[in-house]
Amino acid sequence: MVTTQHRISWLGRRQARPGQPVSSYSRRGRYLLFVVPAIVVTLAVIIFPWLYTIYMSVHDWQVGMPRIYIGLENYANLINDTRFREAVWRTFVYTVFAVVCPTVVGTIAALFFHQEFPLRGLVRTVYLLPMIATPVAIALVWTMMFHPQLGVLNYLLSLVGIPPSRWIYDQDTVIPTLVLVETWQWTPLVMLIVLGGLASLPSEPFESALIDGASTFQITRDLTLPLVMPFIMVAVVLRTIDALKSFDIIYTMTQGGPGTASETINIYLYLQAFAFFRIGQASAVVLVFFVIIVACSLVLLWVRQKTRWA
Amino acid sequence: MSERQGIRYSRRRVLQATAGAVAAGTLARHRALPASASLRQEAADFDWQRFKGEEITVLLVTNSRSDILVQHQSEFEELTGIKVNADVVPEQQQRQKQVIEFTSGNPSFDVTVVSWHVQKGLFGRGKWLLDLREFLNDPTMTPPDYDFDDFLPSAVTFSTQPDGTMDTLPLFTDYWIMYWNKELFEAKGVEFPTTLDDVVAAAEALHDPDNGIYGFVARGLKNANVPVWTCFMQGWDVKPVDDEGQLQTTTEAAVEAATYYQRLLRDFAPPGVTGFNWNECQTTFSQGTAAMWFDGIGFATPLEDPEQSKVAGKVGYGLQPAGPVAHHSGMFGDGIGVTAQSNKQGPAYFYCLWATNKVNQARFLAAGAGSPARASAYNDPEALANLVVPQEWVDTLVASGQIGLPSLPEIVPVTEFRDIFGIALTNMIEGADPAEELQKATEEFQPILERSLQS
Repeated sequence: MVTTQHRISWLGRRQARPGQPVSSYSRRGRYLLFVVPAIVVTLAVIIFPWLYTIYMSVHDWQVGMPRIYIGLENYANLINDTRFREAVWRTFVYTVFAVVCPTVVGTIAALFFHQEFPLRGLVRTVYLLPMIATPVAIALVWTMMFHPQLGVLNYLLSLVGIPPSRWIYDQDTVIPTLVLVETWQWTPLVMLIVLGGLASLPSEPFESALIDGASTFQITRDLTLPLVMPFIMVAVVLRTIDALKSFDIIYTMTQGGPGTASETINIYLYLQAFAFFRIGQASAVVLVFFVIIVACSLVLLWVRQKTRWA
Repeated sequence: MSERQGIRYSRRRVLQATAGAVAAGTLARHRALPASASLRQEAADFDWQRFKGEEITVLLVTNSRSDILVQHQSEFEELTGIKVNADVVPEQQQRQKQVIEFTSGNPSFDVTVVSWHVQKGLFGRGKWLLDLREFLNDPTMTPPDYDFDDFLPSAVTFSTQPDGTMDTLPLFTDYWIMYWNKELFEAKGVEFPTTLDDVVAAAEALHDPDNGIYGFVARGLKNANVPVWTCFMQGWDVKPVDDEGQLQTTTEAAVEAATYYQRLLRDFAPPGVTGFNWNECQTTFSQGTAAMWFDGIGFATPLEDPEQSKVAGKVGYGLQPAGPVAHHSGMFGDGIGVTAQSNKQGPAYFYCLWATNKVNQARFLAAGAGSPARASAYNDPEALANLVVPQEWVDTLVASGQIGLPSLPEIVPVTEFRDIFGIALTNMIEGADPAEELQKATEEFQPILERSLQS
């Protein structure tokens, strides 16, 4: 104790003499000095931007025009804006499919890659490649492949007698097509997480099940999936947050079109902030979007808690 | 089997076209003109070295014109002794950078390129650029042979704010023209259409989707599609926003132009055109699957390159078709100006003078990098001898200049205008009623316009 006091004595104004007890107040003051840099950084890069965003959101502020305090009017405008409401709904639809599809396919892929077979390592590596590629590059390549007249996908469809699709060039098919790209890119991530979970499972329950004569289907349904569910939920949480925030692929491929058919909250926000330069309105969207993401995350974390191993 | 081969071949072509678009600037460099004697003569009579040792930053947009300016930048540096740091940024990011930095009050650049058709109102309201009239009238700042009168009147009008302020010098103008596939026209014995009605007739005659041929293609993607409609409106001699600031978008002429747009893109364009910007249109036309393409004049270079275009040597260049009331050509363009907050306004102004001189304007023409804002470029024998595009393109360009008229309204919220009416036009291609869509879009845009006018 005395040694410790000596080590930190240079920090405090009132130095403790050997044998004299140090008050908890004095000790707290010294310790706080260590925390100050972290507090300053947190204030500068997290708290201040948030407070400033809140400040902007209660102002009518467009670039090049005077800033006027308008209270919650920007939020009221959002509620009354059909385009924003549609963007919110579209974001949810997109997110649900962009989470469910990679999760299902990724889990099946993980079960497959958990088996022993020749060149498994090589195939696994190839399977991971989409996740590594740059989203904008992916988007440009897929855009060319989706071209209704010249794209390779319609050619492939024609080989098996399926009529051509308009893919991202049609209001009805644009969201499913974007989900397809999202699934292609992010299935490997889910596979990786679930595969990690499968590798960590104990072998005893599976051996017991085999001895008891359980079929492969029964083992998968009643043993593997329940045991690996916490890992799947981790993947779902990560994918949900990612899908909600998805911007690069959608913007590069469709810019929210045709019309507003693929305009999600992020695209709407981008237009408000960087195309129309309505800073106040965009700040309100940021805050609403933040609340949505936090709410979704909390729900998913609660569900994940429920799926923990008993 | 042949269809299969055709698709495979076309896909390869698509990739080539994309690579070719990137290479367009390189092509321009190979065919660039040398500095003419006139520039050296200017150097002898005028003190270009008065700002020797200064350093300026120039914010340009990624395109073939900027490539030419950057390529010949050393020529300016030798002439003036001013060092130039050129910051070349893609168009969309460049516009955002400008607005953010001007709003911050401390832009990082001394010179910038401005797109008149999108940014003129915003820059005019913010007074972000220096009024260049004082420098232009100062013989110690402007060499006598700069020849301001050489600029096309339409370009000068475009670069002048409504209050008479001249905050940019004309850099280039861009007219909308009709590209047409001569081979397809000749095969069916159809004449090139000169009126809007004739375009429909020609598209109808040439439209053959069963064989992969579409009568017409133009932008259908929201925002990008608005100039197509506003150019058609010019045929009825109506502007989207009149000189008193009143929206004309629900007038009979506006509805007729929208109905016309709807008919062409719904009946004769390739499926999926609602997602087509200029690049998809270019790909479609360059693969020989569209008989006509209506767009800006700057696409001749890739279309005439046999490495990336199946229609090289078969492309016709025609004027924007005449409407029932008037005949105009939709005009767009860029200017270059000096940042009002710059503390190097003199050197920055010198850069603007150099960028817009006759030599560089001729270089633009020779490289097919856009239409020069100076009349002399079109008579420059050196430029014409070095053309990488057909003479027909130049003739169409010159003729367009005679009837050029800004196609987009010169208002501050141009982007909102394009966004809102762009969605309406996309909905029309999907089958919505033009009158109803225009009414809805007008009601949505009216308060935005009023607010901007009040400010």
